[in-house]
Amino acid sequence: MANDFIIKCINSVVKTILNAEEEIESLDRAIGDGDHYINIKRGSIAVQSIESELATLTPDQAFKKIGMTIMTSVGGASGPLFASFFLALAKEVSGESNLQQFSKGFTSGVESIMNRGKSKLGDKTMLDVLIPVSKKLESLANEGCEIQKLIKEIDLVAMAGVMATKDMMPSKGRSAGLAERAVGHIDPGAKTCQIIISTVCKELKKIK
Amino acid sequence: MKKFINKTDDFIIDSLKGFAKAHDDIVALNLDPIFVTRKEINPNKVLLVSGGGSGHEPLHTGYIGKGMLDVACPGHVFTSPTPDQMIAAVEKCQPKSGILFIVKNYSGDVMNFEMASEMIEFENQTVLTNDDAAVINSSYTTGRRGVAGTLIVEKVVGSLAEEGGDLSSCKQLGDRVNHHCSSIGVALSSCTIPAAGKPTFDIGVDEIEFGVGIHGEPGRKREKIKMANHIVEDMVSAILKDFDEKSLDLKDPNGIILLVNGFSGTPLSELYLIYQAVTEKLKEKQIQISRSLVGNYTTALDMAGASITMCLLDDEIKKHWDSSVLTSNLRWGY
Repeated sequence: MANDFIIKCINSVVKTILNAEEEIESLDRAIGDGDHYINIKRGSIAVQSIESELATLTPDQAFKKIGMTIMTSVGGASGPLFASFFLALAKEVSGESNLQQFSKGFTSGVESIMNRGKSKLGDKTMLDVLIPVSKKLESLANEGCEIQKLIKEIDLVAMAGVMATKDMMPSKGRSAGLAERAVGHIDPGAKTCQIIISTVCKELKKIK
Repeated sequence: MKKFINKTDDFIIDSLKGFAKAHDDIVALNLDPIFVTRKEINPNKVLLVSGGGSGHEPLHTGYIGKGMLDVACPGHVFTSPTPDQMIAAVEKCQPKSGILFIVKNYSGDVMNFEMASEMIEFENQTVLTNDDAAVINSSYTTGRRGVAGTLIVEKVVGSLAEEGGDLSSCKQLGDRVNHHCSSIGVALSSCTIPAAGKPTFDIGVDEIEFGVGIHGEPGRKREKIKMANHIVEDMVSAILKDFDEKSLDLKDPNGIILLVNGFSGTPLSELYLIYQAVTEKLKEKQIQISRSLVGNYTTALDMAGASITMCLLDDEIKKHWDSSVLTSNLRWGY
């Protein structure tokens, strides 16, 4: 994994996030308190603004820098959760990172989100996308799965994860205040994660 | 959206600069990162630090001053502050008797304050406020929300810290006051976050949201508007039920603090009308109102609506509620 790929992904994610404003915002308006999109947008732009600095770093340093930037710019619930993910990921990858190492880092990042948010699978949160993705990613990476197949499968798992939140009863995050009324709505945090994962998948596809 | 704004991104900063200038005898503003402290910091007392998303003014910056908070860290509108704000603020204050964080129970606030708490080298404890009776505590929730009762916690603990109470007594008293507080809110209209530019939720012209949170997040039910006395009756019932569930007896001769709080879009005349309706209900129930506060104390931007908070008094809470306080938005005894 090279830093120019990380930077490409950042730029692409920012573009996708900006295009998804209406979609994410309407989800949050339905069951959140309306600040999710604004926070995600602020965080994405903050990360994009350190692009030139990231270019000079090794991948682990870059992930750490991304985590710290998110931690000090986003706030809300998204800030500490996304920050914890990147800080934990940074600890697992090294200068010469391969897919297996990255998938381990990804899993460790997801575990760090679980600890920070004291949440688990089925709570109608971002974890309903991230946990299945991390499991799939780790098993495919260990099998030595061919990259294009891996991309396709991850994309599908992320989409299935976000759709599954629709019928869940919330138990964490602000939508917990809504109980039954949130059933039937997709979780905005899960949607954001799926959009990011799917964008990174698209960038990966372009490599070959 | 029609608001007094220059640039959306500068909304909080522009407002905080004005706040700090208007009250430069009491507070000092730090810009990068953003935090507000008392003008004269006393490093010897327990440092009371609060904070949270902006948009609830005067909570928390308006309660900085003698007898109440030492520091407040404002986040963006309805978004918790980030850990670097709390870290920089306490490093500036160099407290010698520890830090008590007073945090409203929202996932974002809890996580950001938790990260700050882990990263600072000063002894610190946290009081989580969760006085909102609207969201029922169960294994399916992260718990109840912290709302207007927070300012009662800040006032009472502020008094104890001012007279030299140590960290663990401040923490204990804070937890007890929070336990003794119960609140419920009703919204008549939505609020509009400047950066979003449109109302946070849709509500019909003849509808109210019962149990609304202070970010315009939904509460218990959406219903048709009715006579104020009837709305108040439902609100009082919800609070009394909550005290029952906490096994606290409101008929205690010490009585209660009754706080009728506006969300900022409802005129004071209506708040006093609500107050009147509550007093009649409480008279029926033989509950004594010993102290009162009516006004916009914990707001939700431009939302129309109000909340009722009751706090069961005991000797210690009463003494610290009555002691003198000198902040920009709450002051007596001076």
